[in-house]
Amino acid sequence: MSELGLEDRERFEQLVLPHVDAAFNLARWLLRGRTDAEDVAQEALFRACRFFRGFHGGDARAWLLQIVRNTCYTWLEKNRPVELSMEFDEELHLQTCATPETLAIASDDRKRLTLALETLPPRFREVLVLRELEGCSYKEIAAITSIPIGTVMSSLSRARRQLYSALANSSQGACP
Amino acid sequence: MRCAFADSLLQGYFDGELSDRRATEFERHLRHCVQCSTELVDLDLLRDRLQLTQLYEPATASLRRKINARLHAIAPTTPASQPRLWHWLAVAAALLLVAILLGRVGHGLRGDDYQAELAGEIVDAHARSLQLGLITGIASNDERVVKEWLDGRAGFAVPVRDFANGGFALKGGRVDVIEGRAVAVLVYERNRRPINVFIWRTREPDTSARTGSRQGYQWVDWRRGKMEFCAVSDANPVDLEQLHQLIDSSA
Repeated sequence: MSELGLEDRERFEQLVLPHVDAAFNLARWLLRGRTDAEDVAQEALFRACRFFRGFHGGDARAWLLQIVRNTCYTWLEKNRPVELSMEFDEELHLQTCATPETLAIASDDRKRLTLALETLPPRFREVLVLRELEGCSYKEIAAITSIPIGTVMSSLSRARRQLYSALANSSQGACP
Repeated sequence: MRCAFADSLLQGYFDGELSDRRATEFERHLRHCVQCSTELVDLDLLRDRLQLTQLYEPATASLRRKINARLHAIAPTTPASQPRLWHWLAVAAALLLVAILLGRVGHGLRGDDYQAELAGEIVDAHARSLQLGLITGIASNDERVVKEWLDGRAGFAVPVRDFANGGFALKGGRVDVIEGRAVAVLVYERNRRPINVFIWRTREPDTSARTGSRQGYQWVDWRRGKMEFCAVSDANPVDLEQLHQLIDSSA
């Protein structure tokens, strides 16, 4: 990262590197896989490094996550454009959990939740991941995703209902 | 039907994002709203499960290694960076000049600035609604049904008219948040393209239409009868003007 001088490099290590976990976690959930997440998170961090001179304090985590998110969307557009046009489908999880294979896979909560979360369209998934896993405030989520707080709330609401019904359905052992 | 607060205040309350005053107000609502109380329990349960299952995935060791390797691999300054510095300084100077010029132009337009900024935000909301597939909160071509749904949520009497005869079929409505306030949105369709008409109350006097475009979307904004209207679409600008005339003549 020749872009950074010694002083900037120290600042980068202090401010940005503590959020590498957050960067990877967001990429992992947006891309639904560790291998792709590692590549894209790495690219995002290199980009963060290049843009670091333009970062004048403030919330370093939100700043980094914004770059991670944009890098993920660019990657998705190029490699899996269909996923971006995925629409919110209240029925989707029912169909998904109705097949015997997925029922067998979804043997515990963790797998069920992972499956339900990955079934959400990316724009709902990211809001939920940022809130529930990353503990971001609405204001931070709005800054990272560039969507207004009202939409953050309504997306959270729909995503949560979907996840909850996925749990409730599978704990009954079968899908209606 | 779900309680109107379930998608907004309930989430805010659950996440501790409401002001003390609004939280107290919402607690009062909770006492007699069975739906919200039940959903609050579900939300709690879901959060417990999410925490128990530990879905958070920290960075892999190899990612950390790669980043550290890259960070420490190259010496911070090399002689080769000298010409590049001049190059970047030249670019910076050019950008500064552009910024100054834009600043001047912007200054001259200050009267319209706010309007353009607002329209920009509305265009963003329109584009987002398409991306998110949240085109309608209520899907109906029945003026009365849409009006009833919107009035309660937007907090004012929203003029809802179907212009299917004029080529603008009413598809439904929703409530969006622009600059922190709830705004009613009517959704029309013209040649299979959605047109969103954002409506909110204003104290300003009537104005004639102003138009503009942004990110490939056209907008027309006007005020009439203490209400401001902003129609947005990627349809032909002539269509938007026609819809403006229809709305104005029906008022």
